[in-house]
Amino acid sequence: MADLNSQIGKLNFKNPVITASGTFGYGIEYADFIDLSGLGGIVVKGTTLHPREGNDYPRMVETPSGMLNAVGLQNKGVDYFISDIYPNIKDMDTNVMVNVSGSTVEDYLACTEKINDLEKIPAIELNISCPNVKQGGMAFGTSSKSAAEVVKAVRKVYHKTLIVKLSPNVTDITEIARTVEAEGADAVSLINTLLGMAIDAEKRKPVLSTLTGGLSGPCVKPVALRMVYQTYKAIKIPIIGMGGISNQEDAIEFLLAGATAVQIGTYNFIDPTVSVKIVDGINEYLDRHGFQSVKELVGGLIS
Amino acid sequence: MKKYISDWTVKENVCTHSCCLLKLRLDEEEQTIFPDFIPGQFVQVLVENSPSTFLRRPISVHFADKSKRELWLLIQAIGEGTRKLSELKPGEKLNLIYPLGRGFTVPKKNENIDLQINSDKKLLLIGGGVGVAPLFYLACCLLKSGYRPDFLFGARSKDHFFNIQAFEKIGKLYLTTEDGTCGEKGFVTQHSILKSTKYDFVYTCGPKPMMQAVAKYARQNDIPCEVSLENTMACGIGVCLCCVEKTKKGNSCVCTEGPVFNINQLLWQI
Repeated sequence: MADLNSQIGKLNFKNPVITASGTFGYGIEYADFIDLSGLGGIVVKGTTLHPREGNDYPRMVETPSGMLNAVGLQNKGVDYFISDIYPNIKDMDTNVMVNVSGSTVEDYLACTEKINDLEKIPAIELNISCPNVKQGGMAFGTSSKSAAEVVKAVRKVYHKTLIVKLSPNVTDITEIARTVEAEGADAVSLINTLLGMAIDAEKRKPVLSTLTGGLSGPCVKPVALRMVYQTYKAIKIPIIGMGGISNQEDAIEFLLAGATAVQIGTYNFIDPTVSVKIVDGINEYLDRHGFQSVKELVGGLIS
Repeated sequence: MKKYISDWTVKENVCTHSCCLLKLRLDEEEQTIFPDFIPGQFVQVLVENSPSTFLRRPISVHFADKSKRELWLLIQAIGEGTRKLSELKPGEKLNLIYPLGRGFTVPKKNENIDLQINSDKKLLLIGGGVGVAPLFYLACCLLKSGYRPDFLFGARSKDHFFNIQAFEKIGKLYLTTEDGTCGEKGFVTQHSILKSTKYDFVYTCGPKPMMQAVAKYARQNDIPCEVSLENTMACGIGVCLCCVEKTKKGNSCVCTEGPVFNINQLLWQI
């Protein structure tokens, strides 16, 4: 049995497999299917300072090997999270992280400060890449200037592990990655969903109420893998890779491309047990190839 | 209610021109408990060997028999995924997540203060198209509780009814077709039985415009009414927040807060 421990910032993960925000609820929804303590971590649903109703239905459409969503950060707000959710998840034997979203720097800051007070939340994932909200979200992650502004502000008040989730909807993701690294982020996670669209030819109308949405699932994997690889060459802080991972081979490809850990997103919908299967699969791979530690795989492409 | 994920074996797949009745069995060696399915609940079916089908397909429980460890699904092949399901052969395996969602209210016999129903009161199950699927299991459960419901089903024409022989064995069956080839001509809400009989509770499942017309009839006549919605879903377990319907509580997930709703919970403009 190889050593699966992975390090992101100041935080140790028992293994490099984390479930992605928005695809895993608060973890408890999956407790009937898997032992949550088998996971390296859980990133809970995107949380904002104020409650958000999200976008109108239809919010989702299936696409070849994936799906488009336009949920729009529906959540009951950080205060509800603290009073009603946190008590039920704080004693999970895994790293529970909160995905913090917002429309203004002030919102990000206020939400972060509230999460900062929660002893059992060792990290936040700063979401500057949601494509489905009109103001903010992705707007922060698509320019270096605004990305720098929000990360700098949050870094000042947040001293635990700060992960910044990057948008793939940019010309050069490495530029944004370098910027958030310079502003003190401990790690970056990538990619958030790719902006896409679906049209109903019979009705001659867009399918989603918001016209466009975020594409996820196995169809985005090659794009995500390429971006992780490019970012690995450009920065020194750890990368959490994600985008279409559906089995251990996919996860290992991301590690080889330079990710220190991976997140499993959309495929949780297809197989609620996939995350723990991937943990076992990585372990098996390491043993089969004679590696002592998963750290040996990170960026381990043979040239 | 605890949820499970496991493989079921196809025992029988009876196809007619309009639909397939898929009978599944949960093998003993699966070691999983056969849950007490509530009528109106659904399962998430994994469709394999179908490249264009990525997500699971939510299919409502048509019938469940715990003693035989059997679950029946009524499937109308409308897309690639449901077509694959309709082609399943006995002996093949099907992976399901179950039981999901909130079902219909089945009144307990002689204890119906809340619903103000008792066994001499009249229940009506209104179905449109393949929407009759969950109503069969509902009818079986109502019968067990001592209620013999009536059925009112609508379809485009006589060839578009699903498995109605099974319903005829349980209660009185009233039909409408849009082209008048069977039963009364018109929509379900135009059937004469609604004028001649005062019902005490209405359950409905079918196309949304039909359910909204039924909800309108129920509201106008002050009859309690439950509807089963089928908004497009991804996860089926309340985490993706894609299948929402506007309710008095805000955007509610149809997969966990529903699929069955009392019409008073919904913000339908009817």
